[in-house]
Amino acid sequence: MVIELPCHAPEGRKGGADGDSRLPRNIGQREMHRSAQTRALLGRVAGVAVLLAAGLLAASLCLASPSDPTQIPNIFKPQSTPAHSIFHLSMLILAITGAIFAVVFSLLAYSVAKFRKRANDDDREPAQVYGSNQIELAWTVIPILIVLVLFLATARVIRSIQDAPQPPGAIEVTAIGHQFWWEFRYPALGVVTANELHVPVSNPANSKPTFLTLLSADTDHSFWVPRLAGKTDLIPNHPNHTWIDPQEAGLYIGQCAQYCGTQHAKMLLRVYVDSPEQFKQWVEEQKKPAVSTDAVAEGRRIFETTACVNCHAVAGTVANGRFGPDLTHLMSRDTIASGAASNSEENLRAWIQSPDSFKPGSLMPAMQLTDHDLDALTAYLVTLR
Amino acid sequence: MSSETIALSTVGPDARPIGERLHDWIVTVDHKKLGILYILYALFFLVVAGIEAIIMRIQLIVPHNHFVSPQIFNRMMTMHGTTMIFFMVMPILFGFGTYLIPLMIGARDMAFPRLNAFSFWMTAFGGLLLYFSFIGGNGLYGAGTAPDVGWWAYAPLTARAFSPGHSTDFWTLALLASGVGSIGAGVNFIATILCMRCPGMTLGKMPLLAWLNLVVGGMVIFCISPLTAAQIMLCIDRYLGGHFFDTQAGGSAVLWMHFFWIFGHPEVYILVVPAFAFVSEIVPVFSRKPIFGYPIMVAATIAIGFISFSVWAHHMFTVGMSSYGNSFFVFTTVAIAVPTGIKIFNWLGTMWGGKIQLRVPMLFCIGFLFQFLIAGLTGIMLGTAPFNWQLSGSYFVVAHFHYVIVGGIVFALFGAFYYWYPKMSGRMYNETLGKWHFWLFIIGFHLTFDFMHIPGILGMPRRIYTYEPGRGWEIWNLIVTIGAFFQAAGILVFVVNLLWSLRKGEPAGNDPWDAWTLEWSTSSPPPDYDFAVTPVVRSRRPLWDLKHPEDPDWKYE
Amino acid sequence: MSSAAYTRTTAEPAWILPSRGRVGMFSLIGAECAIFTIFVVAYIFYIGKSVAGPTPRDVLELPIFSTICLLSSSLTIHLAVGALRRASMSAFGLWWFVTMALGTIFLVSTGREWHHLIYDKGLTVSTNLFGTTYYSLVGLHAFHVTVGLLLIALAMIFTLFGKVEPEHSERAEVFSLYWHFVDVVWVIVFTVVYVIGR
Ligand code: HEA
Ligand code: HEA
Ligand code: HEC
Ligand code: CUA
Ligand SMILES: [Cu+2]
Repeated sequence: MVIELPCHAPEGRKGGADGDSRLPRNIGQREMHRSAQTRALLGRVAGVAVLLAAGLLAASLCLASPSDPTQIPNIFKPQSTPAHSIFHLSMLILAITGAIFAVVFSLLAYSVAKFRKRANDDDREPAQVYGSNQIELAWTVIPILIVLVLFLATARVIRSIQDAPQPPGAIEVTAIGHQFWWEFRYPALGVVTANELHVPVSNPANSKPTFLTLLSADTDHSFWVPRLAGKTDLIPNHPNHTWIDPQEAGLYIGQCAQYCGTQHAKMLLRVYVDSPEQFKQWVEEQKKPAVSTDAVAEGRRIFETTACVNCHAVAGTVANGRFGPDLTHLMSRDTIASGAASNSEENLRAWIQSPDSFKPGSLMPAMQLTDHDLDALTAYLVTLR
Repeated sequence: MSSETIALSTVGPDARPIGERLHDWIVTVDHKKLGILYILYALFFLVVAGIEAIIMRIQLIVPHNHFVSPQIFNRMMTMHGTTMIFFMVMPILFGFGTYLIPLMIGARDMAFPRLNAFSFWMTAFGGLLLYFSFIGGNGLYGAGTAPDVGWWAYAPLTARAFSPGHSTDFWTLALLASGVGSIGAGVNFIATILCMRCPGMTLGKMPLLAWLNLVVGGMVIFCISPLTAAQIMLCIDRYLGGHFFDTQAGGSAVLWMHFFWIFGHPEVYILVVPAFAFVSEIVPVFSRKPIFGYPIMVAATIAIGFISFSVWAHHMFTVGMSSYGNSFFVFTTVAIAVPTGIKIFNWLGTMWGGKIQLRVPMLFCIGFLFQFLIAGLTGIMLGTAPFNWQLSGSYFVVAHFHYVIVGGIVFALFGAFYYWYPKMSGRMYNETLGKWHFWLFIIGFHLTFDFMHIPGILGMPRRIYTYEPGRGWEIWNLIVTIGAFFQAAGILVFVVNLLWSLRKGEPAGNDPWDAWTLEWSTSSPPPDYDFAVTPVVRSRRPLWDLKHPEDPDWKYE
Repeated sequence: MSSAAYTRTTAEPAWILPSRGRVGMFSLIGAECAIFTIFVVAYIFYIGKSVAGPTPRDVLELPIFSTICLLSSSLTIHLAVGALRRASMSAFGLWWFVTMALGTIFLVSTGREWHHLIYDKGLTVSTNLFGTTYYSLVGLHAFHVTVGLLLIALAMIFTLFGKVEPEHSERAEVFSLYWHFVDVVWVIVFTVVYVIGR
């Protein structure tokens, strides 16, 4: 093994800065002798790139035709102040990290391409460089500055979201997580409902935000409606808070985001943002106790004499259980069982017969009713509007 | 100064009957045998946990799939995470450490050989205990087999009320057992590196691998212990009716989270620092240059070790800490980018101006650098609390950590396998198969984990066994699943390569890479006593000095 | 057949490395510190959070005597190790025995305290958070004392059979590190449980 003696002058080896000048030698010569190996490598890299690009293209084509874009809980389509502030912050962070990636990746790609050993290279060892304090200092200080920028920008947004004061006219909701459904209570309005949260639209001119207190009845859950706000956990013994002020009416999809047991997957969450009038009307409806006609008296009797009442409440009847969702205005909801199925007579019947058919592992037992009782019971339930 | 030449004889093939040889492996206290045991054990679990991952991926390939039930999915998820972390990456890293450290510091064994064997068998026992839950987890109530509480096992899901039966008990006991083993290994690493170095090898002249494993040892003893303590508390809750994490009796679910992540965050650096160590050994050799900025590399590693103990609550940004608490943990979390960045830059500095040989170990290291860079940057995104409130608990996190663990650690590990395989087996691996492995795996990796970020951004939570159609998640899940099969194919090629080369590989000789650290000075595989004569070193690259007597390193260091 | 060449310098300065026994023990103590820290944090976190009685003030009494015993055993083990190093075997045996006796007194009085709490005051692990954290923390410490005592007893037996020699003083000293650590932990446990927590 032959050693390039000139490189070994101690100064040259000690400091990369001085050593630098002698690092890339004979560039022209190298360019001329691109080995077959390099080309093969580049070919393979290109192959991978093409493959990935094709995948991406195919994917975005498929994505271009989804059923309904409002059904996609995209965090980059914010519709409420907290989600907006997060969005702006995330764009800043993406820009900074993107720039860092571009720089470091270029350095990596350049050094692999440039400093590869060529087939016709001699056996000499390259210049032995041990380091350079100036360079080390540079790549310590610059990241420190970036870190400070990141930190300050982030701390501001944390405070603006987390420490936002609650304005006087805000709607207050207590959300309680259960295995595997959501309970929503509006203490000031006297409304109790499940799985589908209704809130009024809030616009800058007439701000009407909703402030939620988050509790849990059993295990940890997390309240996450990506287009409205980041997530906040619901933890037993540990009340949490979050707020939203949706600026456009419509349906916003979310989902429990903290593993809470078998059916964590089907603990879906829907937020209906209503115009002020719609919201007012909805509240009026929800406040009424249940009314039932004589036509479904049998179903009502079955309901009230079966274990149903231990777990479910129907305002104005003996049923006041709290283990399961409040059924007083069951039919005002679009879905049942936390979004596991749409709310139809057929699905209700199937649900009561066997909750496992939609949601294996849900905590409602199959009630073992006869077909006749089941029909009567379902007929009663569908009157709960 | 006088010099003497010592000839080492190669160890001949072992002619004893197989039973005797097996017995040898079981009662061994030799660091090389234990290292290989660790590694084989971990490879086995890589395949097991990989198959669990494949099961999850098949279930998620289309919405509303019925391949497995939610219960089975949750068990697969928990077992996959727990196995991969505790019974795959940890043992494999300990295995390489146990094998290499004495060889690299010129010692004949670890400081405490019997403790070493004890540590391995505790870890092995832990893994068996965990998998025994498939049989024994039924318990009195017949509920559940394998644990299904997720790898963090958040309270109160682990309380008797929510986890009847014994599956969760197997989980805690398995981690308790392997934790004891890990602490033993940590103690052993520290004592070995501090007390067994060969003459001349001052702290400043140790190979970086030894330095980094010293830091790992320190982190292990301070970070596995909190987990052990928390597991003891969980056992007290579950067996003696204690209330540590019993929210009904005033216990706190959040306390468990703190305890778990005080362990959990340093743990991920315990996993990654040995990977850094491999890269720090492989990149210089294949760039034909010494490591750039050795003292800074050491300092940065120590800094990472310290800072990593102050960032744990970045896993808890959504649990409702005060805005000051959140800001503090944002600061520490992004601050860790600085020493980590320094390491990346120094590896680049090492490659810069070198003569890079793209052999398989180096390919894997370049893959490591590329992927770790991206993974670190997604970590920064997760580390800024408000962004985290959106990304936490989603597939974006899953993508982030597989990017670090698979794209970073597993890539570095494969690099290490190819690099030291000649030393361990005495034979070269097959270069073509190695390249196949690399390309299959890297394609699979990117198909799987690049596209996993997107459903996270589109609101897909992790740990769900199925999902609704029409949310824009379908196509990404499909691609991700396909990628997993590419990875499996890559690993299959890898295993084939290891087995094939064991018999048919070219004899490697002592020093196939023309490398510079002490392990390459002894025969391949090394004799029982490692070194016939204790080596004496004068620089960080003793074999460079030997090969270049006219221009030795110690003149410059 | 493979060979390797080495350059060995003959006139090397003495190459001295730290003793692995001590380094190992200090590492182990580091790990133990972390375990105890977690238990102490849990104890402090739950002070006053029990939803039902009894409270520490109701039932705990200061274990002054046993504390004195345990702390003085640190001194006696130190003397024992010193004696062993000086090769005065009888002094070693005596101090070693005193150490063992003091440790045993401590353990017995912990046992009596627990018996009193369980049978007279009705406080068990499952009574409330105080019970859970108290028995865990004190029990973890008592477990460490027990392990230490078993090792001391083993060494005592060897001593009686005359198997302990001055060359074992290094090991005895490493062990004494552990014993000192157990004492220091008791100071912390005492402060947290009996002073702050009461
Ligand atoms: C094994 C290794 C490993 C490593 C090395 C890392 C590294 C990092 N991780 Fe990751 N992480 C995990 C494994 C790992 N992580 C795992 C397993 C989980 C999930 C566990 C679970 O929930 O199940 C997780 C989860 C996780 C979370 C929680 C997500 C959540 O659940 O809400 C966060 C949040 O902050 C985070 C952040 C980071 C950061 C900031 C780094 C940093 O160390 C990265 C630093 C590196 C760089 C930044 C790149 C290089 C630097 C430069 C080029 C310099 C210039 C850059 C800047 C100035 C920014 N990680
Ligand atoms: C060391 C750590 C490690 C590694 C290497 C991996 C590797 C992989 N992981 Fe990992 N994963 C975790 C650690 C790891 N994971 C953790 C900690 C979690 C969190 C768990 C929790 O939430 O509690 C997780 C969660 C997790 C999830 C999310 C589950 C959920 O939230 O619902 C998914 C989903 O895709 C996944 C997939 C994969 C895949 C496809 C691989 C692949 O890279 C695996 C490739 C390997 C193989 C495929 C095996 C080798 C194959 C053969 C030898 C051939 C034979 C194979 C066949 C017959 C198919 N993992
Ligand atoms: C042991 C308690 C229990 C009993 C008894 C019980 N339920 Fe339920 N029920 C639940 C729980 C829990 C849920 C929520 C399940 C979920 O979404 O995971 C539920 C959900 C429902 C729903 C869907 C509500 C919604 O808005 O999503 C209906 C309807 C319902 N139950 C009807 C009944 C009827 C009718 C009976 C009696 C024949 C009954 N339940 C008995 C616990 C019970
Ligand atoms: Cu509730 Cu997940
Ligand atoms: Cu972390």
